[in-house]
Amino acid sequence: MTEGFPPCIVSRAVVLRLENVDTDVITPIARVLQGREAVVRFAFEPLRFDAEGAPSPADPFNDPERVGAEVLIAGRNFGCGSSRETAAWAVRGLGFQVVVAPSYGDIFYSNCLKTGVLPVRLAADDVETLMRAAENLDDIEVDLPQQRVRCGARQYAFEIGALQKEMLLSGLDEIGMMQAQAPAQDAFDRRDSLARPWVRDRQRAPAAPR
Amino acid sequence: MGTSLFERLWDLHRVREMGGGMDLVSIDLHLLHDLSGPGALRALAQRGLPVRAPGQTFATPDHGIATTPGRTADTSEGSRRSLPALRRYCEAAGIQLFDLDSSEQGIVHVIGPELGLTLPGLSIVCGDSHTCTQGAFGALAWGIGSTEIMQALATQMLILERPRSMRIRVDGALKPGVTAKDLILYIIGRWGAAGAVGHAVEFAGSAVEALSMEERMSLCNLAIEFGARFGFVAPDETTYAYLEGRPYAPQGALWDAALEHWRGLRSDPDAAFDQDLCLHAGEVDPQVTWGVTLDNVIGLDRAIPVAPEDAAEAAAHAAALDYMGLEAGVPLAGVPVQHVFIGSCANGRLSDLVAAADVVRGRRVAAGVSAWVVPGSQGVKRAAEAMGLHTVFRDAGFDWREPGCSMCLAMNGDLVPSGARCVSTSNRNFVGRQGPGARTHLASPATAAACAILGHIGGAAELA
Repeated sequence: MTEGFPPCIVSRAVVLRLENVDTDVITPIARVLQGREAVVRFAFEPLRFDAEGAPSPADPFNDPERVGAEVLIAGRNFGCGSSRETAAWAVRGLGFQVVVAPSYGDIFYSNCLKTGVLPVRLAADDVETLMRAAENLDDIEVDLPQQRVRCGARQYAFEIGALQKEMLLSGLDEIGMMQAQAPAQDAFDRRDSLARPWVRDRQRAPAAPR
Repeated sequence: MGTSLFERLWDLHRVREMGGGMDLVSIDLHLLHDLSGPGALRALAQRGLPVRAPGQTFATPDHGIATTPGRTADTSEGSRRSLPALRRYCEAAGIQLFDLDSSEQGIVHVIGPELGLTLPGLSIVCGDSHTCTQGAFGALAWGIGSTEIMQALATQMLILERPRSMRIRVDGALKPGVTAKDLILYIIGRWGAAGAVGHAVEFAGSAVEALSMEERMSLCNLAIEFGARFGFVAPDETTYAYLEGRPYAPQGALWDAALEHWRGLRSDPDAAFDQDLCLHAGEVDPQVTWGVTLDNVIGLDRAIPVAPEDAAEAAAHAAALDYMGLEAGVPLAGVPVQHVFIGSCANGRLSDLVAAADVVRGRRVAAGVSAWVVPGSQGVKRAAEAMGLHTVFRDAGFDWREPGCSMCLAMNGDLVPSGARCVSTSNRNFVGRQGPGARTHLASPATAAACAILGHIGGAAELA
């Protein structure tokens, strides 16, 4: 369950001109083991710190002109790789409400929605245009109810499932929503357990220990 | 127009439409492990919710555990807290746990199939992106995040957007010495690491039908590296022969009924796909990755590509080469390696170890190379030892270790030092994946074994 998503965001953006940024880069496993605070503090560690652990001068997240940015613009297949939801926490923990990219790792995309981060998919050319504008410190406006990204005179419509949008805006509890479907689930289970009686109750006595 | 296997699998599990393009999907089997399991179980307990279907939920430690003989939860920092927590929650919820002392413990995607938990037509989730491995059985198997784990534990359902469909037909025959791992690496190289984003991929064609179950698992394992959350192969006689008699597979009349159902799980000849790709198996050579994404891959005897024209792509190319300590235009063959890792959910099964042992037998690991074999499960380890493979590897100078994820993800004490180069049979060559600064080259077990003997990147053919 997340807080309701702001209907409109106007912010400068951080630009990551990289494709295939994987979730191992977003949250390296050693930081995952250290817990939520480390996950955020060391988010994108290989891009922000050098091999000795010193802050890198090229850190794209450490631009004083973009302090408080709520929008992150990245290249294709952002968040590919491991299913670790820490990657979405890290993006949110750095202050980003919105990511804009041509495409996402499918698991990361769904983890973002669970974490209250809006993953906006736009055509690669449009993402490129937005990257250039953001590099010039132009504000990016993201309007979820209208499903629209605006930057200056340009605006781009984006697609998102109606239910996902509603859940994001209301911070709706999905477990509650699914539990409300108990009659449909009971009917499904009755039908399915007759059709496929081998699927349920599969525990058996453990094998002898080694 | 006919129905595709994906449509059949999806419709089989759809409880109802939720509107807005979303479906409520029923979960048949939920597998938990020590990395993503405890946090989700804790979150569930904090909300005071019970596990809805413990009889369809199984757990095993694999990610965080040490692979040293005599290990306990305390041996590795990665399991010291998480494994006791997993034990506590499983005990409380009545979830069956294949623990360190179990003869059935192993990497979750190895033991699911091996125990016969994984079956055709099941919907299978696990908090691990390589759950697609189990699609090899004609199952709808996919990786989920920790919130979804909690939701699936609580309700045995998930709300999902139906992905688009893709089929890749691979016809003809793979050349001798070319494996399923080479095939999937080649596919990713050809269509890109984002080639199947948003799609569920059916692997089909005569070359796929000719693969063993273990090879099909290697193929489907890397579907996620191709961008696909779901990858699968239609079940056939090879599938049924593998499963029959496995401890958790249906028996007797239930087996017969299941078999009849499974035989209907295929794509109609006139089924339509959002994308339908094909390639000829004969064009695939042994592959090895040179960079930090899976599509940074070339034939073993090829040179590292020169920089692409696009400025952003050229920058990524340069950054990858810088991280890997390599130069464009230079052959990969002959580059010295310091580590070799044979194992993981991609290639930690018996046939993988047999293929590696065939290369290693009667030879010695090159000086300066640390070479490990980590069986994917206790079952794989027992079977390999019954064949004497542990002796083949040890005599050659390999470490023969206990089952787990090990050096694939460097959270259990097993890692590649910064700047060192590792040829690995695992599935990710990402920056820092095998340890901060580690340089990973992904390849098949036979290629990895050859590199251990040669002391540099090269193929089994070089040893002949």
